[in-house]
Amino acid sequence: MTTNNPLTEYTSAEMMTITAARALQNGMTCFVGIGLPSEAANVARLTHAPDVTLIYESGTLQTKPDVLPLSIGDGELCESALTTVSVPEMFRYWLQGGHIDVGFLGTAQIDRFANLNTTVIAANHQETGKDGAHSYANPRVRLPGGGGAPEISTNAKEVFITVKHSKRTFVEDVDFITTIGFGRDGKGRDNLSNIGRGPSVVITDLCILKPDSATKELIVTSLHPGTTKEDVIEATGWEIKFSETLETTPTPSKKELEVLRELKARTEKAHSAKEAI
Amino acid sequence: MTKFLTLKNAIAEIVKNGDTVALEGFTHLIPFAAGHEIIRQKLRDLTLIRMTPDLIYDQLVGAGCAKKLFFSWGGNPGVGSLHRVRDAIEHSYPCALEITEHSHAAMANAYEAGAAGLPLAVFRGYIGSELPLANKDISSITCPFTGEKLAAIPSIKPDVSIIHAQKADREGNVLIEGIIGVQKEVVLSAKRSIVTVEEIVDNLEVTPNACVLPAWAIDVVAVAPQGAKPSYALGYYDRDNSYYKEWDAISRNRETFNEWLQSHVLTQGDI
Repeated sequence: MTTNNPLTEYTSAEMMTITAARALQNGMTCFVGIGLPSEAANVARLTHAPDVTLIYESGTLQTKPDVLPLSIGDGELCESALTTVSVPEMFRYWLQGGHIDVGFLGTAQIDRFANLNTTVIAANHQETGKDGAHSYANPRVRLPGGGGAPEISTNAKEVFITVKHSKRTFVEDVDFITTIGFGRDGKGRDNLSNIGRGPSVVITDLCILKPDSATKELIVTSLHPGTTKEDVIEATGWEIKFSETLETTPTPSKKELEVLRELKARTEKAHSAKEAI
Repeated sequence: MTKFLTLKNAIAEIVKNGDTVALEGFTHLIPFAAGHEIIRQKLRDLTLIRMTPDLIYDQLVGAGCAKKLFFSWGGNPGVGSLHRVRDAIEHSYPCALEITEHSHAAMANAYEAGAAGLPLAVFRGYIGSELPLANKDISSITCPFTGEKLAAIPSIKPDVSIIHAQKADREGNVLIEGIIGVQKEVVLSAKRSIVTVEEIVDNLEVTPNACVLPAWAIDVVAVAPQGAKPSYALGYYDRDNSYYKEWDAISRNRETFNEWLQSHVLTQGDI
């Protein structure tokens, strides 16, 4: 989708990344997932949030990569970090110890209570209903698994999620809860003392969603320019609700687009280059 | 006390059929050369432990070395699936593969507990996750002081651990630099250990808080230059990201994988 101004034409993927980047505030400490979250977090660092602290689960603390990492442990992350700690120290002291403001995650499936599935797509979920154990025993597609996400989601003070919007991804109930949003009934975090407040925003290529303060169900709070309610309804696997004060997401600035495109160009060049022996 | 062996002799002496083996290295310092030697020696029925199975376990599983895989994130980082692992899980090719699945935090804690000589790891984890439905080893324990319910899992205590590191001195003390992952924990948690290194040096030139494994904590040191490729060794060579992308096509079907195995592993070696 594009605007009419040639200086600020942008794709829906760029709109998503830049909107996700804007969610991060300067000074925050962010535990970053690989892929879209990493792209957004680094755009934030290179634009409005120069003092954001980025932490990757490979142990790299306060890292400032010049190109986006392909893996969570690329050398670039270590060489541009303030320091690098062991993986047990990362999970025990820095994450579980309560030093992370935001966990920034992607996912394969997300449901109306922002639960995330990166474990398995079930062969016959529709017939069996909400049963993670059954899905696990009857996989149609095997996904990579949990990685750091299950504990990032509960030990970070809050969670941002960014994922492309489609009916395949936005399902009423995930086949398997790898990582809790608010549980199968929206009450999964109630009455627990040592747990973060969970997902506070979901940024897609169509819109911004936030959990309803009472029910914790995700509702659309802002539509990206050019996106209609019907577009979102069509791409969502449950009866999606819209905020009474529905907003229009601000378009990306020229500076943001430049920074994102330069970052992606540098990354592409670095990862396609054959290593000289 | 450590001894220096060739990689071939190190694997022959330390790794046995049916062993529980952890070849670690969190994206960095993955001991590929040692993995390929395990394939060449046709070891079988191994239980393979690794947080991120990565290409190295895709290769070992595809070559038929494993009966069980213990992991916490099983993909080709930034690229996609591990096709050989999937073929083994989904179609029992070349043999059936059982899996035990955790989160990263769980495995990091379990390695640390293994290194500390404890029977279990206790941490604040798995809250609201359905992974406990998929793994009967995930349990809980109540804090006797606060009443808080915490996750509990058995510690990891492999028969054999294998890691790669930058260098060893002539006594066999080893220096690990960069992303150190669980390298120290996995060596200290295992009954027997092999460390492959880029080179042997006269002096490690360590700073006071460097990550050093003393010679007396390691069984065997083997020199394996470029032994972590296509992963990387900080200060020696970069991660070959293009190879990780190419692996997707090589591993996608059985024929291309078996050709690769023949030309790149089985007919190589003898370091």
